[in-house]
Amino acid sequence: MNKLPLIIKREYIAKVRNKSFVVMTFLSPFLMVGMILLIAYLTQLNDNEKKVIGVLNESGYFANEFVTSEVTSYINFKDISLEQAKDSTVSLGFYGLIYLPNESNLEQVAQRAFFYSKDAPSATVLDKLESSITGRLRQERLRELGMSPKEYAEMDRGYNINIETFDGLQNVKGINEIKAIIGGAFGYLIMMFIIIYGGFVMRSVIEEKTSRIIEVIISSVKPFHLMMGKIIGTSLAGITQFAIWIVSGAILLFIGLAIFDIDPASLTKGGGVAPGMANTANVDVDALTQNIQLYAQEIFELPIFAMLFFFIVYFVLGYLIYSSIYAAIGAAVDNETDTQQFIFPVILPLMLAIYVGFFSVFSNPNGPIAVAFSLFPLTSPIVMLMRLPWGIGEGGVPVWQLITSIVILIGTFIGIVWVAAKIYRVGILMYGKKPSYKELYKWLKYS
Amino acid sequence: MSHILVANDVTKQFGSHTALKNVSLEIPKNSIYGLLGPNGAGKTTLIRIINQITYPDQGSVYFDGELLKPEHIAQIGYLPEERGLYKSMKVGEQALYLAQLKGLSKAEAKKRLKYWFERLEIGDWWNKKIQELSKGMAQKIQFVVTVLHEPKLLIFDEPFSGFDPINANIIKEQILSLKENGTSIIFSTHRMESVEELCEYIALIHKSEKILDGKLTDIKKEYKNNIFEIGLEIDNEQLLLNEMQDKFQVLSQDYDSIEKQLNLRVQLPSNESRDILAFLGSRANVNGFKETIPSASDIFIKTIQNKNIDHE
Repeated sequence: MNKLPLIIKREYIAKVRNKSFVVMTFLSPFLMVGMILLIAYLTQLNDNEKKVIGVLNESGYFANEFVTSEVTSYINFKDISLEQAKDSTVSLGFYGLIYLPNESNLEQVAQRAFFYSKDAPSATVLDKLESSITGRLRQERLRELGMSPKEYAEMDRGYNINIETFDGLQNVKGINEIKAIIGGAFGYLIMMFIIIYGGFVMRSVIEEKTSRIIEVIISSVKPFHLMMGKIIGTSLAGITQFAIWIVSGAILLFIGLAIFDIDPASLTKGGGVAPGMANTANVDVDALTQNIQLYAQEIFELPIFAMLFFFIVYFVLGYLIYSSIYAAIGAAVDNETDTQQFIFPVILPLMLAIYVGFFSVFSNPNGPIAVAFSLFPLTSPIVMLMRLPWGIGEGGVPVWQLITSIVILIGTFIGIVWVAAKIYRVGILMYGKKPSYKELYKWLKYS
Repeated sequence: MSHILVANDVTKQFGSHTALKNVSLEIPKNSIYGLLGPNGAGKTTLIRIINQITYPDQGSVYFDGELLKPEHIAQIGYLPEERGLYKSMKVGEQALYLAQLKGLSKAEAKKRLKYWFERLEIGDWWNKKIQELSKGMAQKIQFVVTVLHEPKLLIFDEPFSGFDPINANIIKEQILSLKENGTSIIFSTHRMESVEELCEYIALIHKSEKILDGKLTDIKKEYKNNIFEIGLEIDNEQLLLNEMQDKFQVLSQDYDSIEKQLNLRVQLPSNESRDILAFLGSRANVNGFKETIPSASDIFIKTIQNKNIDHE
């Protein structure tokens, strides 16, 4: 009878029932959503605080610029000196005072205008004041040039160059950043999963060693089956955890947004997620929606199904390779403090993959470095996934590279599992001192 | 007589260290077989080979007449010296899991566990976690798990370590009753006292080699050195001793003048004791006469000493 399902089941249940696992699983979404909501709430709170600003207008201009709005109230001082106005501002507890002196022309007034405040004024307030004055100045300058505001708007209309690939696909600016974010998210997810769940596999092996149950078990099942059962069972627990996070996170986010009445769109704008949007600020609303549609279209045209498929392939192979190494490390040592020496070389290629991804792949997805690291088996699960949003085949990742990388990965998987199983088999029955790399090499030759 | 296990010329190397060297054993069915030897002699390696945890470099092992193969694992029960259980798993679940790994169905395992838990009076532990139990209690669970699948061959490596005398006795009775029911048992230990009362056969392993094996009574006979312990009631012990000096080899003497009791240890040339009995019977009242039989421990020490001398 095949005992692998039994082992997988036990490992899964042991992991899922573990108290810290349960706490982490159910607490993390609350923490994450709580953080997002807190940030959103604080941002809104900050914006909502109504500021009162005194205005001492001695010039003949700016009669219509400083009118009370939802965010800012303007109180006009009349027939008092600047010093008196300053004192009044302080005693009335206003945010600040805008002073417009009496000068011969508008340009002079603008030159000599001052804003007084207790502390350094906030950027939003300054922006608002500056744009008010700039608007008035532009109006005056246009009048001097004899140009109507309508003509000016016509002249100032923005321009976006048309982008097209050689095979005729239309493109929009900023789409590369979106691709980078999607690719980066996949790569990062794989790295985190490997480090967290590889660690779980390792600790589980150490637990079996220290509780001395290992010899009882391997007198019933092959060590290889025990190792694979452990790796698979732990990863299933991880997938369960991720599923719970995604579902409960989504539900909580919607509930939270409903309760606090936060517009999701304001969050993305505030977060500055799409750098491409910055250029479009001056374009009228029609052009903006048109652009958003283009982005949506572009995202839909990403090879989503291929990406998901290869995400699973690379995820499974990458996880199996790394967690076998983690299992071998767990078998080689007696306690967790001894693992440091062996873990560092394991995490190194993962970190390298992420850095290579961010610094090389995103700027040049088909460059030599990106290609090399997406073929090298210890980094390919991360780097290749970062390249995939640029497509497969023409313009994207050549098919031969994809196939070669998977073949190399499978070959490495077989090799590493074989080596890890040997170290595991010898290691689980060894107690006492921490082995050196040389001794680990010797274990490989035991039959 | 048929054998449950036969090892032919088994050799095992770990790197440059030889753990077993040309070891051959024949373990008869339905007996308790003592595998003796000092720590590090190679006992555990041999047991691991029988359990197919490691494999011999040379030689072969036959189980119940067949070359040892993975299917045999279900017919072997093994209680390792380094033993333990999952600390945070419940007793019942854990026992079920381990029984299923040995090939029992869940229902069958449950039925048999109930029986054993009642037999050892530990029924109310089912839902406890191992970390809540004492070491001795955990050992009892471990014993049940080892024998649950009713294997043909049971291997106990230092089974009594970790038990208090009362529980050790309970386990000893269980082992004997398993043997009565037809199970063959290998009993590995370096503590000789427990061997005398349990084992019918022994093998002595020393420095990776088997240096002695056979039926315990035969070995004892072989190691007898014709020394007799004699107790006499006599008034004039000196006269007798003088007279004995020419005829027999007296190794030691001890006279209690108040009780008029003389205790002697005498070395005879052969197992033949009629002459000395006749001689003594006519001169004193013989109230004790016993041939000294070496203990397993004596044999163990003597064999190893001889072996060391041979090597030098």
